[in-house]
Amino acid sequence: MSQKSLDLRSDAVTINEESFWMGVKDCIPTLLGYLSIGFAAGVVEKTAGLSIAEITLMSLLLYAGSGQFIAAGMIAASNPMSAIIFTVFFINLRHLLLSAAIAPYFRHLTPWKNMFVGSLLTDETFGVSITHLQNKKQASYKWMVGLNITAYLNWVIANIAGGYFGKWIPNPESFGLDFALPGMFIGLLVLQILSQKKYFVDMMVAISAVIIVVIVSFFSSGSTGVMVAAVLASTIGMVIEKWK
Amino acid sequence: MEVRWTILLLILGCAIVTFIPRVLPLMLLSQMELPKWVIRWLKNVPVAVMAALLAQELLLSEGEFSISANILKLLAAIPAFAIALLTKSLLGTVMAGVIFMMVFRFIF
Repeated sequence: MSQKSLDLRSDAVTINEESFWMGVKDCIPTLLGYLSIGFAAGVVEKTAGLSIAEITLMSLLLYAGSGQFIAAGMIAASNPMSAIIFTVFFINLRHLLLSAAIAPYFRHLTPWKNMFVGSLLTDETFGVSITHLQNKKQASYKWMVGLNITAYLNWVIANIAGGYFGKWIPNPESFGLDFALPGMFIGLLVLQILSQKKYFVDMMVAISAVIIVVIVSFFSSGSTGVMVAAVLASTIGMVIEKWK
Repeated sequence: MEVRWTILLLILGCAIVTFIPRVLPLMLLSQMELPKWVIRWLKNVPVAVMAALLAQELLLSEGEFSISANILKLLAAIPAFAIALLTKSLLGTVMAGVIFMMVFRFIF
């Protein structure tokens, strides 16, 4: 009964604007990858000595894979609070770029709505939304909220499950689940390049990004590499476009 | 269900420094007209970020460059790329990649 009225409403909305439920549906391909990463994060947080309540709070408030892994690892190694916060800040700084890159599609929203959109921005929701928005003028707020909320709930549930059941689950790698995340990035990268239709520039950007990540890895941690690579490779792409 | 004060403060601190870079550009940049070259630069960010994240997954192990530690993932990446190009389906790519990974791990 309530299900039916829900369907009717979402149909009515689609006429003008993409609905909340379409956003939920478009989030599905990312669920498996983040379920396994979130589960692993829960296990790591548990072994770092965090309680289930603390794990829940961390996934609800911090909501960032790499940040939570690093925080848990540093708590386990009893680093000072200031060092942990600074490291997490640095690792999550790449969101600055993601947030800036989707901003042009959200000009029509109020700053408060944009704050809500941004607060749940992750690599996965960024990848899905930027590919989806490629040939559009502006984003649907409801669609974006549907995408964001689905990814968020999936993440929090995965973290809690990891904290609870981590001890009893055999190695998830044997099911190939460690490829869910790279698989998702491959899909997003290919879809993005196919939809932008500027293959030469995009290939150069992608190749430069890969090379820079590897070079930076010789000098510092991998998460710095992503940030440096994103900035430099985007600039290289811009310069190549100017040349041509 | 206990939450220690120090852990609560730590989580809040981490949450705030993560929240600000997430929301600031969306709140500010969407309010102003950006120069053309900034837009062009921003258009390259998605491919750059995705390629960088993928490189981190496929070429680094514990933050260090290693082909041997990632050889199975690199193998599974080949059919995953092919399926992404052929089907243009994100879900299909993820599922196929995971299955190939499982099979490769079983064989080798």
